[in-house]
Amino acid sequence: MSTTTQPPKIQDSRTGTSRAAQLLGDRRLPVVVTATLFLAMYIVGLSRYQNYGFGEPQVFLNLFIDNGYLLVAAVGATFVILSGGIDLSVGSVIGFTTMLTAWLVEKQGLPILVVIPIALGVGAFGGFLMGYVIHNFEIQPFIVTLAGLFLFRGLCLVISKESIAIDDSSVSSMAQAQVQLGAGFLSIGAIVALVVLTAAFYILHYTRFGRRVYAIGGNEQSALLMGLPQGGTKIAVYTVSGFCSALAGLLFTLYIQSGDPLHATGMELDAIAAVVIGGTLLTGGSGYVLGTLFGVLVLGLIKSIIQFEGTLSSWWTKIATGVLLCAFILIQRAMTARGKT
Amino acid sequence: MAEPRPVLEMTGIVKEFPGVRALSGVDFRLFPGEIHALMGENGAGKSTLIKVLTGVYPLDGGTIALDGQPVRIDSPFQAQQAGISTVYQEVNLCPNLSVAENIFIGREPTRYGRIQWSRMRKEAAELVDRLGLDIDVTAPLSSYPLAVQQLVAIVRSVGTGDSDGAGAGTKVLVLDEPTSSLDRDEVLELFRLMRQLRDEGVAILFVSHFLDQIYEICDRMTVLRNGTLVGEHLVSELDQVGLIHLMIGKEMDQLEGLHEQQLHADVGEPLVKADGLGRQGGISPFDLEIKKGEVVGLAGLLGSGRTELARLLFGADQPDSGKVSIDGKQVSMSAPNDAIAAGVAFCSENRKTEGLVPDLTVRENIILALQASRGWTRPIPVAQRDELVAKYIKALDIRPANPEARVGQLSGGNQQKVLLARWLITQPKLLILDEPTRGIDVGAKAEIQKLVVSLSEEGMSVLYIAAELEEVLRLSHTIGVLRDRKLVAQLANGPEITPTRILETIASGEHQ
Repeated sequence: MSTTTQPPKIQDSRTGTSRAAQLLGDRRLPVVVTATLFLAMYIVGLSRYQNYGFGEPQVFLNLFIDNGYLLVAAVGATFVILSGGIDLSVGSVIGFTTMLTAWLVEKQGLPILVVIPIALGVGAFGGFLMGYVIHNFEIQPFIVTLAGLFLFRGLCLVISKESIAIDDSSVSSMAQAQVQLGAGFLSIGAIVALVVLTAAFYILHYTRFGRRVYAIGGNEQSALLMGLPQGGTKIAVYTVSGFCSALAGLLFTLYIQSGDPLHATGMELDAIAAVVIGGTLLTGGSGYVLGTLFGVLVLGLIKSIIQFEGTLSSWWTKIATGVLLCAFILIQRAMTARGKT
Repeated sequence: MAEPRPVLEMTGIVKEFPGVRALSGVDFRLFPGEIHALMGENGAGKSTLIKVLTGVYPLDGGTIALDGQPVRIDSPFQAQQAGISTVYQEVNLCPNLSVAENIFIGREPTRYGRIQWSRMRKEAAELVDRLGLDIDVTAPLSSYPLAVQQLVAIVRSVGTGDSDGAGAGTKVLVLDEPTSSLDRDEVLELFRLMRQLRDEGVAILFVSHFLDQIYEICDRMTVLRNGTLVGEHLVSELDQVGLIHLMIGKEMDQLEGLHEQQLHADVGEPLVKADGLGRQGGISPFDLEIKKGEVVGLAGLLGSGRTELARLLFGADQPDSGKVSIDGKQVSMSAPNDAIAAGVAFCSENRKTEGLVPDLTVRENIILALQASRGWTRPIPVAQRDELVAKYIKALDIRPANPEARVGQLSGGNQQKVLLARWLITQPKLLILDEPTRGIDVGAKAEIQKLVVSLSEEGMSVLYIAAELEEVLRLSHTIGVLRDRKLVAQLANGPEITPTRILETIASGEHQ
């Protein structure tokens, strides 16, 4: 895979020559920056809240437990953004999935193991439809997925106007299951999220489909002229995103144990923020799913730190996220501006 | 000589666009192991024929046969599968991926669906090596200059079908103006690669505007004109004059006539006077006088300040010293609008990005500047508008002579004429032409030059910028010589002024 790329051998025929310039041009740099930021924040947290148990391994593992659903949604968004698109329907699909799952389990009495494939299928199909429209009618993904955002949020209310609590025993046992891991534990949701992350990494770097996603994001016209099935890839990317959103919805249902028409409102923006903070270029073609993991962890850590601080309101999370986003977009800008010269 | 069987035969190819018949019944054939030039003026149908062959445009009529078997090509992907690879003028690769990936993407070596990166890198390195290139295949494509990217594109097309036996291997390689942005050394490297591939039996279709390159590398050529086939010739049997004759289909007289054209002598009163006009980082302060009906040519190397001088006169850049007067009145050139109001028109060298609106029709493009000068509250009456447009389409011989055609679909030379028409219609006093003949063919070039001469005879002043010294010499009364962003000399044209003389002036940087 490309992260093992050798440092360039021939220097004279290159455009960039100085070491600093090459470092700035390295596509892995943003991931390193985000990982470093995460570490730095973690160390600051340790030094400030050591006495309140910030150093417990479980505090770290909780980042995965509390943000597993966001990680899954952000992985889906990474595919879309890498391909040069955008998916605004993520939050609505998550919300819809919580409603659908709660309704099927509670009102229809279906076993959760039957509901899971249904919910995943619905999400993937929704993504497929949006991808189909985007490709076949050559419409901006922004508009199509905006329509998807409204559509799925509206469908939530068709199922029920009120939230549906889930009392099903198998669901709650699944939600409360703990997998021991050294001195701490992970929830099923967190493990699913890590599996999705690994699978996404494999797909993006070791399959033809994954490389086509990068190619389309790099230059769609070129990808077409190079004879790549660019349409199919685009549709598949939105299908993946729809599938990930539905899976994130299932994890969110487990996490919160209810369905609500207003669940996960605006979560697509959290997902996009995590992807961007993780170093993926919004213009597509450059970025790593590992960066998305660090993006999600940084967002999660901000929340934890604010909780530990105790005196700060939760909206400081939003302020910190905004500042970080700004900073990272400026870094991106600096990188792409260099790439053009 | 017994001819081998052609690898590619296109018969009776027809392609139509709304309002334009781009190809009418063209035959074309290509033999293995030859480099074949496709020649023709802008708008002759070269690009269209290539796009039909490579599956970008669907066919409206005719057949394509590969190795004697009829084939249907509906997409670039199918063309590749059939063994037809294309390298376009713009590099169509993904800059964000490594060189090796760009060579292999779409047909990466896999095992159980897993990409074998080390095998791919090894094969890419071998392929690059076999073709005698020195490229690190693991580096991202964007770290290489354009010329190398172009070579990588060729390596990619040659490598098609190398792995997994998918695809049939490249039989036909189409190179659509690959040399237009390369310097001489890079062109030589490209030619070396082309010869190597030809010797390996690949049939190469080569398109270039540079006649010398055609004669240097090609074995055979096919000439198109106005969407029809003019003829197929061995390069060794047709000289350049004969070729140009075939391409433009007119006698060479009109071109040669220009060489001996007498510049009319009756240059009038001073029209534009620039006094110490200059801009830091653009051009050092200069004095320049342009008389009525005078053609002032600017000669100088690329980057010598030709365009910068013109932009100052048009108010596109702000001068930080000096002043301009037009017709004796001082004009403050703070924006192009002031210049337009004072009767200055500027045809930019980047006609596509700074001049025309490709999605509007010829009529709308022509009328744009005139309408702008009237303001949107006073539309030009329809009858008057149509008459004006028809007049200029006829006067400039814009083809197709259809005011409804979209400008984006016209050839480069005709686009240039539309841009000219737009400014002429406003009847400017001073017309600034920045490289009006760049990238257009011989015929259109001659027409535009003739037009400049007749405009100046009518009393319009012209500031003419061109890279070719002969062109400047042929047209100008006065030649301004630029060097290192400085106007170093102004020479009155005469028999003693030759391209060599101008080159000496540029080289020495002073008027002798």
